[in-house]
Amino acid sequence: MNRLLFVLPLLTLAILAGFFGWSLLSGRDPASIGSVMVGRAAPALPQALGDGLVKTGKPVLVNFFASWCAPCLAEHPLFERLKSREGAVIIGIAWKDKPEATRAWLARLGDPFARLGFDQHGKIALDWGLSGVPETYLIDAQGIVRLHFRGPITERDLGTILPLLRGGS
Amino acid sequence: VTTPVVPSGAQRSRGTSFLRRWQKRPLGFARGDGVAMLVALLLACGPGHAVEPSEMLPDPALEARAREIGRGLRCVVCQNQSIDDSAAEVAHDMRRAVRERLGAGDSDRQVMDFMVARYGDYVLLKPPFKPDTWLLWLGGPLVLLLAGGGLLLAARRRRPVEAMPAPLSDAERARVAALLGDRSRECQRPSN
Repeated sequence: MNRLLFVLPLLTLAILAGFFGWSLLSGRDPASIGSVMVGRAAPALPQALGDGLVKTGKPVLVNFFASWCAPCLAEHPLFERLKSREGAVIIGIAWKDKPEATRAWLARLGDPFARLGFDQHGKIALDWGLSGVPETYLIDAQGIVRLHFRGPITERDLGTILPLLRGGS
Repeated sequence: VTTPVVPSGAQRSRGTSFLRRWQKRPLGFARGDGVAMLVALLLACGPGHAVEPSEMLPDPALEARAREIGRGLRCVVCQNQSIDDSAAEVAHDMRRAVRERLGAGDSDRQVMDFMVARYGDYVLLKPPFKPDTWLLWLGGPLVLLLAGGGLLLAARRRRPVEAMPAPLSDAERARVAALLGDRSRECQRPSN
């Protein structure tokens, strides 16, 4: 019994090492704050924006972006592709951006958005639980938020987006 | 090729003479002055606040409540700062939302719930006590209890139980009485 007690510190060390190893290798992001939006009804959008788009039997992507945001630039071609190849309905909301700057940005890069909204004071964003730009939400045909990406979407994310987008209802 | 920058002799002598003059000044710094200045500085710089004057509510009571709430809400992009301490855009928006809710007559609880509904428990600097967080809240005390229990157990096991001496036999008791003799009787009646 007393002999076993000597193993205790070693065992503690092994457990700690195991935990640290797992933290390093599992790809877990401790900075991720998660999202409580997924599985909930999408928050309301201003009438002019969401009108006739959300809850009409077709999934909708909502993308918060800004012309001053570099990751937004990086993900922009993916939205162009989703629109042209998949016919995705994408609502763009410019967050804390001057409308003229947003328009110039879209004119230069192409405009994949079915509707464009402006949230200069971050009021819409707060209702969506936004932490910054870019962030993207996928809302299913029933108006339920299915996906919430914090940060730019990448090729890899298309694997989760496309089935839900095509699945429709 | 480098050209060393050496102060000229004239400059150097001027410097030392200034120093000497300063040291001779009758109104130099006394020994305690440095400490006093340090204390004043420390008092002057409290924790940094990001709350901008333009955000503040005109009603000081409401503003005080907003501060109290803001201190308990975590900025969602800066991890370990409250929204009151953070200069992030989102923190600014959240501070404004807190004040808007308060202005609309919400209770503190309702304002907190408003934020939790949007950002989850993550937004609370003090996590709530519920099954998800039992380990978080009770883990520390539990480990302390386990360690304390273990120590107690080890301490008890290490000390051998001291054998009580056998009670005195009648003969021994008689001998003790004989040895103590009169003295014990004196003790029983100290004030004669």
